[in-house]
Amino acid sequence: MTPTAEASKDETLSVHPAPDAWRVEVFRRAAIGDPEGAHVAAAMGELGLARPAEVRVAKGYLLAPGYAKKVVDEIATQVLADPVVNEVRVLAPRAAARSGTGHRILVMPRPGVMDPVAHTLEDLLARSGRTPQNGSPAVATYRVFELRGTYAREELAQLSAKLLANETIEVVRVDREDLPYGERFPSALRGRVEVPLLRRSDEELVQLSREGQLSLSLTEMRAIQAHFSGLKREPSACELETLAQTWSEHCKHKTFTGVIDFTPPEGGPVQRIDNLLKSTIARATFELAKPWCVSVFKDNAGIVAFDQGQDLCIKVETHNHPSAIDPYGGAGTGIGGVIRDVLGAGRGARPIANTDAFFVGPPDLPKERVPKGTMHPRRILRGVVAGVRDYGNRMGIPTVSGGVWFDEGYTANPLVYAGTIGILPHADAEKEVRSGDVIVSVGGRTGRDGIHGATFSSVELSEHSETVSSSAVQIGDPITEKRTLDCLLVARDRGLYRALTDCGAGGYSSAVGEMGENTGAEVELEDVHLKYPGLASHEIWISEAQERMVLAVPPEHVDELVSLFAAEDVEATVLGRFTDTQRLVVKDRGAIVCELDMRFLHGGNPRPVRSARWTRPEHADPGCAAPTRGHARTLLALLALPEVASKEWIVRQYDHEVQGNSVVKSLVGVHGDAPSDAAVLQPLASSRMGVAIACGANPRFGVLDPYAMALAVIDEALRNAVAVGADPARVAILDNFSWGNCDKPDRLGSLVLASQGCYDAAKAFGTPFVSGKDSLNNEYRVGDETLSIPPTLLITALGIVPDVARCVSMDAKRAGNRVYVVGATRPELGGSLLHELEGRRGGRVPRVELARAPRLFAALHAAVRAGCVASCHDLSEGGLALAAAEMAFGGELGLALDLAQLPVEGALAGADTTGEADTWRLFAESCSRFLVEVTAERAPEFERLLAGLPCAALGEVRAEPVLSVRGTAGRALFEVPVAELRRAFHSAFQG
Amino acid sequence: MQRDSDVRALVLRSAGTNCDGETVRAFSLAGAQTSLVHLNELARDPARLHDQEILVLPGGFSYGDYIAAGRVFGLELRQRLLEPLQRFVEEGGFVVGICNGFQILVELGLFEPEAGQRHIALTDNAANRFECRWITLRSERCATPYLVPGELLPAPVAHGEGRFVVQDKDVLRELFARGQVALTYVDPAHLAPAGADAPSVPYPLNPNGSIANIAGLCDPTGRVLGLMPHPERNLAPWHHPRWTRLPAREAGEGLGFYRRMVEAARARSPLPTSKP
Repeated sequence: MTPTAEASKDETLSVHPAPDAWRVEVFRRAAIGDPEGAHVAAAMGELGLARPAEVRVAKGYLLAPGYAKKVVDEIATQVLADPVVNEVRVLAPRAAARSGTGHRILVMPRPGVMDPVAHTLEDLLARSGRTPQNGSPAVATYRVFELRGTYAREELAQLSAKLLANETIEVVRVDREDLPYGERFPSALRGRVEVPLLRRSDEELVQLSREGQLSLSLTEMRAIQAHFSGLKREPSACELETLAQTWSEHCKHKTFTGVIDFTPPEGGPVQRIDNLLKSTIARATFELAKPWCVSVFKDNAGIVAFDQGQDLCIKVETHNHPSAIDPYGGAGTGIGGVIRDVLGAGRGARPIANTDAFFVGPPDLPKERVPKGTMHPRRILRGVVAGVRDYGNRMGIPTVSGGVWFDEGYTANPLVYAGTIGILPHADAEKEVRSGDVIVSVGGRTGRDGIHGATFSSVELSEHSETVSSSAVQIGDPITEKRTLDCLLVARDRGLYRALTDCGAGGYSSAVGEMGENTGAEVELEDVHLKYPGLASHEIWISEAQERMVLAVPPEHVDELVSLFAAEDVEATVLGRFTDTQRLVVKDRGAIVCELDMRFLHGGNPRPVRSARWTRPEHADPGCAAPTRGHARTLLALLALPEVASKEWIVRQYDHEVQGNSVVKSLVGVHGDAPSDAAVLQPLASSRMGVAIACGANPRFGVLDPYAMALAVIDEALRNAVAVGADPARVAILDNFSWGNCDKPDRLGSLVLASQGCYDAAKAFGTPFVSGKDSLNNEYRVGDETLSIPPTLLITALGIVPDVARCVSMDAKRAGNRVYVVGATRPELGGSLLHELEGRRGGRVPRVELARAPRLFAALHAAVRAGCVASCHDLSEGGLALAAAEMAFGGELGLALDLAQLPVEGALAGADTTGEADTWRLFAESCSRFLVEVTAERAPEFERLLAGLPCAALGEVRAEPVLSVRGTAGRALFEVPVAELRRAFHSAFQG
Repeated sequence: MQRDSDVRALVLRSAGTNCDGETVRAFSLAGAQTSLVHLNELARDPARLHDQEILVLPGGFSYGDYIAAGRVFGLELRQRLLEPLQRFVEEGGFVVGICNGFQILVELGLFEPEAGQRHIALTDNAANRFECRWITLRSERCATPYLVPGELLPAPVAHGEGRFVVQDKDVLRELFARGQVALTYVDPAHLAPAGADAPSVPYPLNPNGSIANIAGLCDPTGRVLGLMPHPERNLAPWHHPRWTRLPAREAGEGLGFYRRMVEAARARSPLPTSKP
């Protein structure tokens, strides 16, 4: 401890008094060890700070000052601390902390930020009769970090900001005790607030939209102005907010459903596209008209037929902007939200699996390349993983499938996708709201969290986003959602409600507005349960507080429904009723705060006309030159790329086994560390039918050729599913577009091309889209410059596996088995990992052979179904070389392959010199290819099933664990021990 | 087959319980007549325990595991059901707590060598994070009648607070001496005897750093068992992480664990009261 630091501590004690609350701090006993403290100490080293002699981490609890000391001691020792594990420190209200040597950092949620631990403790204390004299327990929590060591003030500030706290949602006190206990929100008035609009100029309309965070364009503001002019009155704040939420890009998909004037890149006249969604993605689905598509593009999730009278439903959502500001809370509420989508699909589905996909900046990005106001990609990735972990695990839903992609273009604008798959009785796939049904809200309470989430998701991020948008970030409370889920499914099976939807973006305004679109609704806000007083009427109405669902309940079932929820300690509140007036009326304490015509609300928004024109980036084709470091070292370098390398640190933090349905796990093989192509679950113990979940994405392809990218990623998602045993004739797919600002013609042009690719591929493969979502405007502003993310299309595939006992994993099984490559390899290296590694740009992006690929998938599936396939791995990023490496170390066996046997196409006779030929054969990322292991006995049958398609045996599985490859010239090209391959695979960032 | 339903298992759930599905499935497949009951419901009518042979506390994140894993559920049980629970065990009933259920039983002090005292606990994994992975369990020579000493059982763990700790070495010796160490994490390739001084099996085979590799405990009567891993997630032939490398199989190893528990409960259960 330096004298100066000591002096500053004394000074702060008098200026910053300790809170007027009991503080209970629960540390771990020295003999037990403090893994959390050790983790912080190690992470400090990574930050470039001196490693402290010791870090102790404690959970802190603030309790009402009205408690007697004896009761606080009792709570501390009997409720908060474990006698074996913990030692506990109790500090009286206003008392200074015992001064030790070193520093003390306190971190506490900002007032109003959700604190589920505090609520749980409050409930527990109230239930057990431990309340203070005249008052409630009034619990708050904080975290304590005590460091042994001497640090400068700036170092401690850096430590707090980069490691211990997120100051958007948390307050930090360094060597100070003044925690903000009992601080109240500013109180707002309930009732109607008029917003003068009629006489505003265009400029003033734009200003109002911006300052009110409405995210409405001038055209839209004008339409609203005209509407209220016709009514001869000014709108209320509530009405304006309702329109802004309902017309938001998030809710309305204005770009996809708008009018686009598209200039094709190959030339020709401008084409007018009226509704891109209907003319591409949805069109494919409706033209395919698969009888097993039960409910598509109309509900919260897509629903497909399964087995034994049950359907499956699936939804994938993005939660990009909240995750950029608070990775943990943003990703957690992202998964919480998509779970509610599935809960709200049909008349409610039981979630059986989650998926996640992250697109972030490179983990080794130098600090100086991280833009101001942005977190380092490592911190973002750790945060989003922890967010999905803590929400998904608590919900008891296995997170079974996903991926991580890295590109510097995502540094300031990370993408977080979360998906949920559910199961529901076929009879519950449709829902209906009737006039007279009672509107009931179930689940969590309403607070000031998440105000303007729907509109915020449509604005560019800037270095100020962290500070201005904190109210758009929510912290989830998974246990409230779990309780709600438990009760909902019982209520569904008892037929207590007719329809439901989740409270997502726009809160009640969107949920009630959507449900009552064809009837009308009348809502009374007075009875809404609030987390704390002080919310204005419109805040209650648009709050995006988590864990709430809205039900349409026949009046005769209301009492039974409310008591069913109460029996498990879940609040159910009557909000109003659905009417037959086609009007949305909201009242609060007698005043009408909103009265809107449903037709204007849902159909009054002007459709924008935008132009789209994409220009191919100008890169010379770098060709297929041999890699600079030789083939073997290139393969090892590819295995160590963050995108390829093991994601085990993520996978293992997710409970991927809960519910006990897993058949093919995301990590397989002898050591459980080889990456599976897809996950397979057995949703019903009584049926051997399974469901495969897979995904595909390739932003590098997208930059070079958005049309080819769309084909390629659909092919990838599908072949991943087929590789584990899904029937390609029974695969449903989902699209999730994350794009830049589509007001700009080049961004919109690539969106159009990708959508056209989606249509062509879906039609060719016979794989209908059943749901989708877009997140546009993923741009980041620094000064005058606006940067877009790479165009990112995530395709998620849900495939039916006819018999789980026939599933195939990707690890090599037995020495002596033959190894085939199915599918043709071409000199396609544009956007490949090899080019990425070599720093090359341009080249031909792999193009799916749409006329052949569907036949190839069907033939391979027939072979899997016949039991001919011992292992199967898809060829994707890194090509044949990478797939072979993974198959080998997965099985702890060797592979001997001869590149001369590889089925190839499109080789340029003159240019295909030996070195180049081996390079593209090994590393090209041509689509629709598999590496397949077949026993000698089944080989003839396998070859017969694949007859007429590109398919050839390249070699065999060897007992000696070495990957050996012979080149086209007939000489050994390289040999790498499997142990070395595995080592490279595990050498990258591990959290 | 009539006897198949004469053993009744009650699976107790509360807010945040989330392994109830696979747990009910395991007991049903093992031949027990299984019911799933909410804590509030049982607290209103504790007499429901009377005609049960097995009480199950399944896994999950009860009350979010806020404060500490199993803490709030443990306190709730202590306050609302402790006496009926103790009577249930005294009358010969079996109790099994899996994962979060084990944490709750430890909170309740059911394995303590000294009644009313706390000398053992489950706390944060040594790796400082939640982990889901398959491990190998071995049944030890212990008071639990349905465990076959030396038998190996592959099962997944999925927890963040499963590190078994004791106040001091004497407590550990006593647990072994009283036959309370029921299940340990082992390295199937290098099996070594269990004991208070046995060397630690390395991570990740011992996934959380538990002392003496302890994965499960029983009380001295053998009727109360708690374990961190999830045998109920290894029921089907294809649950095992390497099933595609194994010869064809009829069922997962976890099913045998539950079958033997149900059989033992049948053997010990008093004569059926109202059976035809």
